[in-house]
Amino acid sequence: MRSIPVRPGRWAVLAALVVLAVVMLAPFVIVTMNAVKSPADYAAGGPLSLPSELYLQGIVDFWQRVDFGRKLLNSLMISGAVAILAVVLSVLNAYALGIGRVRGRLWILVGFLLANTLPQEALAYPLYYLSKEVGLYDTQLAVIIIFTAIQAAFGTYLLSSVLGQFPRAILEAAEIDGASRWRILWRIVVPISRPTLAVLMIFFFIWTWNEFFLPLIFLIGNDNQTVPVALGVLQGERMMDATMSSASALLGIIPAVAFFLIFQRTLTRGVTVGAIK
Amino acid sequence: MKRGGYRLYLLPSAVLFTAVIAVPFLMNLGTSFTKWTGVGTPEWTGLTNYTRLFADANFWASFRNNVLLIVAMAIVPTLLGLVLAAALFDYIGKKFGGRTASVLRAAYYLPQVLPVAVAGVVWGWMLHPSYGALNQILDAVGLGSLGQNWLGDSDFALATVMAIMVWFQLGYPVVIFMAGLQRVDPALYEAAEIDGASWWRRFRHITIPQVRQEIFVVLLTCTIAALKVFGPIFVLTRGGPGKATIVPSYFSYTNFFEKANVGYGSAIATVLALIIVVVTAFFLRFQDRDS
Repeated sequence: MRSIPVRPGRWAVLAALVVLAVVMLAPFVIVTMNAVKSPADYAAGGPLSLPSELYLQGIVDFWQRVDFGRKLLNSLMISGAVAILAVVLSVLNAYALGIGRVRGRLWILVGFLLANTLPQEALAYPLYYLSKEVGLYDTQLAVIIIFTAIQAAFGTYLLSSVLGQFPRAILEAAEIDGASRWRILWRIVVPISRPTLAVLMIFFFIWTWNEFFLPLIFLIGNDNQTVPVALGVLQGERMMDATMSSASALLGIIPAVAFFLIFQRTLTRGVTVGAIK
Repeated sequence: MKRGGYRLYLLPSAVLFTAVIAVPFLMNLGTSFTKWTGVGTPEWTGLTNYTRLFADANFWASFRNNVLLIVAMAIVPTLLGLVLAAALFDYIGKKFGGRTASVLRAAYYLPQVLPVAVAGVVWGWMLHPSYGALNQILDAVGLGSLGQNWLGDSDFALATVMAIMVWFQLGYPVVIFMAGLQRVDPALYEAAEIDGASWWRRFRHITIPQVRQEIFVVLLTCTIAALKVFGPIFVLTRGGPGKATIVPSYFSYTNFFEKANVGYGSAIATVLALIIVVVTAFFLRFQDRDS
């Protein structure tokens, strides 16, 4: 067996890939650099100079001006509620479809897949109209209800095939012991499927956090807005100078990167699960 | 096991989906055959909205832009992602260690964690005509003459949005393909290497066939995402300048909420929904036949 020759070009390949990585990361670095720069510092050195001192007033000013704490709380509330409710619904549906194998399950699954595929644009105006009729317009509850349905459609589709593989012997043993269906679901199926449910819950949380179109339509009140909606609507506003604009971008980046770091392990394990979406 | 009784578990979703998906979708379909401002009674106009739509230059422009965004969000990231995933897995991972490969992978993936609207805010800042960093970078490396009002010039706006979307999407295929490559038996690569197969041959004959399934999934999900794209357009250009970056989603949004042409907006949304369903069905069929 001959040894694999070490090619001189190997450093060139690495260099090319590193350059690409730098390009991908550059916007993050530049935004961060300018978010912690004073306007005077910016005026003197432009966007590419390193900040001469750590200046956090721009971030504080922007935070207070848009009541950013409130936006964070709104996003957390909406995404958290959707994640929990959508997982519960997905479990109930998948129990009936994957384990109960109810009649017509194939068509029911196609229905859920269709619901997940439909663009929100084709639901937006009627939802807007109906929510006004029932007094839910500009409430977080409306957004929670809508995204619970949208995320549960995907969750049902995924979880039904997972539960379809559930070991029958365990279910039969529990049934012989006289456990009711409800009890089997919560005492056996849910605990055993917990890893999958955790991945699903994290995905629902992040997907809902990242949503823009429907929250933009439904959450017009300042007190109800989510982080992406508040930042997206403020973008390009005349009153924002360069450093404050970069502060606003940084405040949008931080929670997203934080979730990524917190959930990284679960996500890299589950990213192939999400790929089915 | 007895089957009866399981249907009860579907009941909460049946109620919710009727109210949130089925009824609104049918209402949207119904409205698309009417002239309606959003208040008062819709006036039945039959297929008028659709005939008007197919004669509307803005509608065709929005779909042309959509096709270009499919190139930027699905095709380019898939092709680049394949090369990058293979390079990281089959070259960097072997010559420089798995740690180097996973650091690079994380760097490519980072834009993907952002809410797409926040990605728009970041690039809106980077490309701002008066204080944007990109023009300053070009100045700094002596290419100042290439500086543009990237998003404000109708000759450049769409290409700029496309480039931003490549930046945003790229990490997704890289991560998915690398995960797919973990499944491949390392002996396959070793045998090919011993036989003297070049990197390019290994890429074509091992990598691509092995991640076939992943290529389908990435192309399907990214194409659908491109068809639905709204956030970046809203944040970066609002469809402008003029109609240079208009997309169906934003086009329907303006008809719903700015021009009070609810019937017309519904027709656009219905056509978009139809296209997405057809594309999905096509992909799934193709995938079935393939496997």
